[in-house]
Amino acid sequence: MGVAVLLKQVPDTTAKISISGDRVDEASITKWSISPYDEYALENAIKLKESGFGDVVAITCGPSRSAKCLTEAAAVGADRLIHIISESPLDSIQVQSLLSAAVKESGCEVVMCGKQAADTNSGSTGPGLATTLGFSCVGGVTEVSIEGGNASATRLGPSGLEQVEVAVPCVFTFDKGDSELRRPNVRGIMMAKKKPVDVFSAEDLGVDVGDSMVEIKSHSSPPEKKPGQKFVGSDSIPEVVSKLREEANVI
Amino acid sequence: MSVTVISESSNGALHPVTAQLVGAASSLGGSITVICPGGVGSSDAANIAGVTKVISVEGDCFESYDCVAWSKAISPLVEGDLVLSSSSAVGRDLASSIAASMGVPVVQDVTSLTEGFSATRPIFSGKAIEEVGISSPCAISLRANSFESAGDGGNAEVSSVNVSQDITVAVKQALAKASERIDVSEADIVISGGRGMGEPANFSHLEEVADILGAAVGASRAAVDTWGEIPHSMQVGQTGKTVTPNLYIAVGISGAIQHLAGMRSSKFILAINKDADAPIFGVADYGIVSTWEEALPVLKEHLSDLLSN
Ligand SMILES: Cc1cc2nc3c(=O)[nH]c(=O)nc-3n(C[C@H](O)[C@H](O)[C@H](O)COP(=O)(O)OP(=O)(O)OC[C@H]3O[C@@H](n4cnc5c(N)ncnc54)[C@H](O)[C@@H]3O)c2cc1C
Ligand SMILES: Nc1ncnc2c1ncn2[C@@H]1O[C@H](COP(=O)(O)O)[C@@H](O)[C@H]1O
Repeated sequence: MGVAVLLKQVPDTTAKISISGDRVDEASITKWSISPYDEYALENAIKLKESGFGDVVAITCGPSRSAKCLTEAAAVGADRLIHIISESPLDSIQVQSLLSAAVKESGCEVVMCGKQAADTNSGSTGPGLATTLGFSCVGGVTEVSIEGGNASATRLGPSGLEQVEVAVPCVFTFDKGDSELRRPNVRGIMMAKKKPVDVFSAEDLGVDVGDSMVEIKSHSSPPEKKPGQKFVGSDSIPEVVSKLREEANVI
Repeated sequence: MSVTVISESSNGALHPVTAQLVGAASSLGGSITVICPGGVGSSDAANIAGVTKVISVEGDCFESYDCVAWSKAISPLVEGDLVLSSSSAVGRDLASSIAASMGVPVVQDVTSLTEGFSATRPIFSGKAIEEVGISSPCAISLRANSFESAGDGGNAEVSSVNVSQDITVAVKQALAKASERIDVSEADIVISGGRGMGEPANFSHLEEVADILGAAVGASRAAVDTWGEIPHSMQVGQTGKTVTPNLYIAVGISGAIQHLAGMRSSKFILAINKDADAPIFGVADYGIVSTWEEALPVLKEHLSDLLSN
């Protein structure tokens, strides 16, 4: 038993994204962090461990710099660290085949990840991985508890906020919840530095990733907006309302 | 070229974004099959111009939401090289799960698509735009309000398929029903309130404007975090929803970078804020420096005059 938590390293959400040539300039990004929703997945996994569920296995797939998010996870309580080294951008199938091989290696039947990574903003990995592994999937959860082979989760689904039950094995994708994220203490940080990281290449995991079927052609900055019109006081509202109709054509 | 469109539903009816998916599919040429999960809206789907056929897929598994069960029921019915869904939470789930079961890649939240395929999508919460080349077969989810809707006047044949897929996710208890109001990520017009609204009860003024416009009501994170009455599902921004309506109205919202991340690609932005220096005015097409207490009653009056004529 145990929980696998998938952590992706992304530019910190406060980082400025600049374009150099026709690619996002990674070298200009000074701070990299664990993708925000993944932190809620990690927090819940550690809570499960505290309730006696089993070890927390933190898994990341990415270039060497991403090892840092494993150490950060160890500092708050992750027991085993797995780094799948991959230097080039991967398409959804490639990411999912690598992560599913690592989950199998870990032996975990409960997987927790973010509902959406802060770089891709995709939300593909959780449901795709569950399908590849033959697991169930519950998305947009804020809290998961497990008893016996059954998990109970709070999710924001299409019909509202619900309490659902699902049998393990299952992938849970996390949304931001109410839970306070724990911060590492000094002892945790010291221990984490010594924690070994299991490093795997695709070959080590027996995965032939092949070529990416999604070719990144270019990155660009979002189009600049032309400066807006400013009005003072509620007397201007009739004019603004007519502009919304005549000029903007939106009402 | 044949395209399979997974229809989108909300509150038990076909969601208008489905016609946008068909519109995008039509621009690529070829036949278009629309699959309606749970049979919702299948006769309306058949009326969309350009649809070749509609498959209404029905079964017990559609009574509650279970992404993998739905995808297992739908995947065998997929025809052709391209699966299109909406980039709502359910649309993204289904696109990923169907793609994984077919062993093909998925690209989410696409805002433009040309033959072949070349697709653009916002990344890093809209701080950059990515253009990708993707070869079929593949699955693509499309952002609402980014593609022209197909018109009506179609007359496609509807066939029903019954599936006996087991469901693994059981709903034990509804904790809070989804709002009857239209969701911010689906609406053509969104009006959002921030901490400047003073107290949650004042959101009723936003709702009144929303009712006149057929708009959704959203909120800033400060509003969601400060007031329990404002649910996270209304939050617009980096850690909330990304919206691209035709018109976004921000009331009492300062315009922090994390809020802008969720709404700056709206077609038009109207901001009402009492502080002339609020950063929201930097992205607003129309900015009104005023308190909401003064502005909203006048706005309500003029909108209802205009729209009732
Ligand atoms: C990691 C991270 C993620 C975040 N994610 C999000 C997110 O997803 N969405 C989000 O919104 N924020 C997010 N934030 C928070 C963001 O930084 C701001 O704190 C937040 O957006 C502020 O909300 P606000 O504009 O409602 O409140 P304030 O900044 O307090 O602004 C209130 C505004 O109301 C105006 N006002 C006051 N009274 C009136 C009145 N009577 N009439 C008219 N105007 C009035 C004021 O002039 C002011 O501009 C995030 C922050 C972080 C660090
Ligand atoms: N390369 C990766 N390494 C580890 N976890 C990942 C990786 N890519 C995606 N994930 C996980 O899947 C979630 C959704 O990612 P995405 O599908 O890219 O939006 C992320 O929040 C992570 O939890």
